[in-house]
Amino acid sequence: MAKKPAKPSSPASPPVSVAEDADFILHSLQERFAANRRYPASEAEMLEFYRQMLLIRRFEEKAGQLYGLGLIGGFCHLYIGQEAVAIGLQSALDPEKDSVITGYRDHGHMLAYGIDPKVIMAELTGRAAGISKGKGGSMHMFSTAHKFYGGHGIVGAQVALGGGLALAHKYNEDGGICLAYFGDGAANQGQVYETFNMAALWQLPIVFVVEDNQYAMGTATRRSSAETRFYRRGTAFRIPGMEVNGMDVLEVRAAAEVAFAHVRAGKGPVLMECNTYRYRGHSMSDPAKYRTREEVQEQRELHDPIEGLKKVLLAAGKSEEDLKAIDKAVRAEVAAAADFAESAPEPDPSELYTDVLVGSY
Amino acid sequence: MGIELKMPALSPTMERGTLARWLKQEGDRIEPGDIIAEIETDKATMEFEAIDEGVLEKIVVPAGTEDVAVGAVIALIAGEGEAAAAPAPAIAATSAPEPVRAAAPTPAPARPAQAAAAAPAAADPAIPAGTALVSTTVREALRDAMAEEMRRDPRVFVMGEEVAEYQGAYKVTQGLLAEFGPKRVIDTPITEYGFAGIGTGAAMGGLRPIVEFMTFNFAMQAIDHIINSAAKTNYMSGGQMRCPVVFRGPNGAASRVAAQHSQNFAPWYANVPGLIVIAPYDAADAKGLLKAAIRCEDPVVFLENELVYGRSFDVPQVEDYVLPIGKARIVREGRDVTIVSYSIGVGLALEAAGMLAGEGIDAEVIDLRTLRPLDKQAVLTSLAKTNRLVIAEEGWPTCSIAAEIMALCMEEGFDHLDAPVLRVCNEDVPLPYAANLEKLALIDADRIAAAVRKVCYR
Repeated sequence: MAKKPAKPSSPASPPVSVAEDADFILHSLQERFAANRRYPASEAEMLEFYRQMLLIRRFEEKAGQLYGLGLIGGFCHLYIGQEAVAIGLQSALDPEKDSVITGYRDHGHMLAYGIDPKVIMAELTGRAAGISKGKGGSMHMFSTAHKFYGGHGIVGAQVALGGGLALAHKYNEDGGICLAYFGDGAANQGQVYETFNMAALWQLPIVFVVEDNQYAMGTATRRSSAETRFYRRGTAFRIPGMEVNGMDVLEVRAAAEVAFAHVRAGKGPVLMECNTYRYRGHSMSDPAKYRTREEVQEQRELHDPIEGLKKVLLAAGKSEEDLKAIDKAVRAEVAAAADFAESAPEPDPSELYTDVLVGSY
Repeated sequence: MGIELKMPALSPTMERGTLARWLKQEGDRIEPGDIIAEIETDKATMEFEAIDEGVLEKIVVPAGTEDVAVGAVIALIAGEGEAAAAPAPAIAATSAPEPVRAAAPTPAPARPAQAAAAAPAAADPAIPAGTALVSTTVREALRDAMAEEMRRDPRVFVMGEEVAEYQGAYKVTQGLLAEFGPKRVIDTPITEYGFAGIGTGAAMGGLRPIVEFMTFNFAMQAIDHIINSAAKTNYMSGGQMRCPVVFRGPNGAASRVAAQHSQNFAPWYANVPGLIVIAPYDAADAKGLLKAAIRCEDPVVFLENELVYGRSFDVPQVEDYVLPIGKARIVREGRDVTIVSYSIGVGLALEAAGMLAGEGIDAEVIDLRTLRPLDKQAVLTSLAKTNRLVIAEEGWPTCSIAAEIMALCMEEGFDHLDAPVLRVCNEDVPLPYAANLEKLALIDADRIAAAVRKVCYR
């Protein structure tokens, strides 16, 4: 399976410089992307991006409320601020073929797929109608029908699992690619690099996406990572990197076009860093002592992905009323999901024993 | 001074091997580092390298000789200044080509596994009467199981360290690369956590991976994926997402490899709901259960044993030999006492049963075969018959499978007990390297027999 440029055969051979190494394409994707960072979205596409990002925002705000009311338990990691990443990337996928996997901050990625907010919210409240029958909770949600493979609670595990999904795409020759998200915190897990190595060695069709939201729980990237420009971390494995403004949905989508085309062409993995910002705490129990209120405020005012796209839409001739109508519809959808999640029954006690094993022995 | 070249051991467990070929001929000059011969065992082929210089004076063991004992003189090198043709009186007796066997030490002691043959083993109900039996090593049986399932289902593939071009670190995957090619027999880097995750993800994506760990000691690096990713997925997803992966490889103490390479992880995995844990003893079970494991919709941890790989057992020659998961087997019927075991412990339990038979104690031996889900009924039924029970486990006693069986007997078999249940496990220490200490630490037939006498009040 391996397809690699030749290495100097003896240790005495002079090192090959990057300039002489024709196969070394580390910078070419970034160059192609930098030439045009703006996806030429149609108005309809932009309106849909706007609606989807708003849906994530309002859904997460509601989840935060329900958590405060005690209706959602355990850990609950909100995606507020990062909406442009999931929407920009997943809007470029082929839903018939491609797969997605992520960590525990997964509500946004599911909503980006158009999965019914009702069954997601009902999972958060631990009800039988939840997408995992109430047995998974916020961090463990899956939709194999959408080729969404979770929803994984162990930091970094989804990267190796994503490598396996990509292996299956290649093995089955189904033309699909895997999109594997992880955070700046997970980027320091050893298995991420084990996976980089094998993905590059075997030319697996996978896009690794680092959602750098600047903090691994409460530890700023500069305090945890010797190299905070995560897109460079594939270099040692000959994986081309891309650095993307994750607060701009059109830029993320433009990057997705470049990265996905590369991977679909059978040229192996891409590592994409999306710089973003999470407004809320790491989880609902975050004391928020590690950053200032001003820092968060600045991000909200100057870099908010929804406000950013709103400006573009207004400039393109949409009215405030048009956009308000979208917000109103989204709020109604989220309110209905919350009502459903609050009133749906809990799982039957017999469900305790189901789904442990598939077979009977 | 002539130098005697002796048959080398390629591994701590090797006792005999084949002298495949000579790369130097009599009269050739030998420099240190020259490859002079190729030695083969069922596990591996190795080049035999010279460490002395001189002239190859005499080839004592001709190329192609099988079953050459480790330590037997295979050739003579004449040192500097000696005439190649000079007689070597000290070894005159072995210089004729014929008495190769005579030069070899006495044959290695009979393998403990063979004790099984003497016992009246109960027939497996899955085997139709009159089926031909073929003597097969456990190693071959495992390979046959994988090859058959790979022929049957294109989704099945095997990945792991050295599974392809090297033909398996323990030669279990021998020949698979040639038949199925590199797409389905994948050599991985030494990166257990990573490839266990990739294998698990591939199973989620619809494939049927067999992930080989060179030994389960290294799987500790990967245990997060086995437990958190593979075992829990079906439950966490409300039955939506399957993970039909098989993690297999040798488990338990090998021979003289010390603490980090000698551990029985069966109780660790058997603790986890969502996993199937299988630990076969003989070749037929290894084959039938590995085939079942590969077809299983649930994640399976399949624990083999390096010391058993080379042992031969009868395997039924049937078209598609698949055994049920979750069923124990009575490997020796008896009236007086039940010995429950699994994996390598079964051979020792049978050996103990043979010793006890001479003392008038008729022991029944049960091979659990599957450790999760445990065949409780098989244990309880036997206990109801014999009223006495001993568990033999090559592993630590604390929180062991033995402890689980004892709890089962207390909770569900108390009324049938005529004596306390006893367990025979390894000593509760990291496995030492020194030969005498290692022997002291591991279970053996004598200790099992002693425990049986105790529960029989003999």
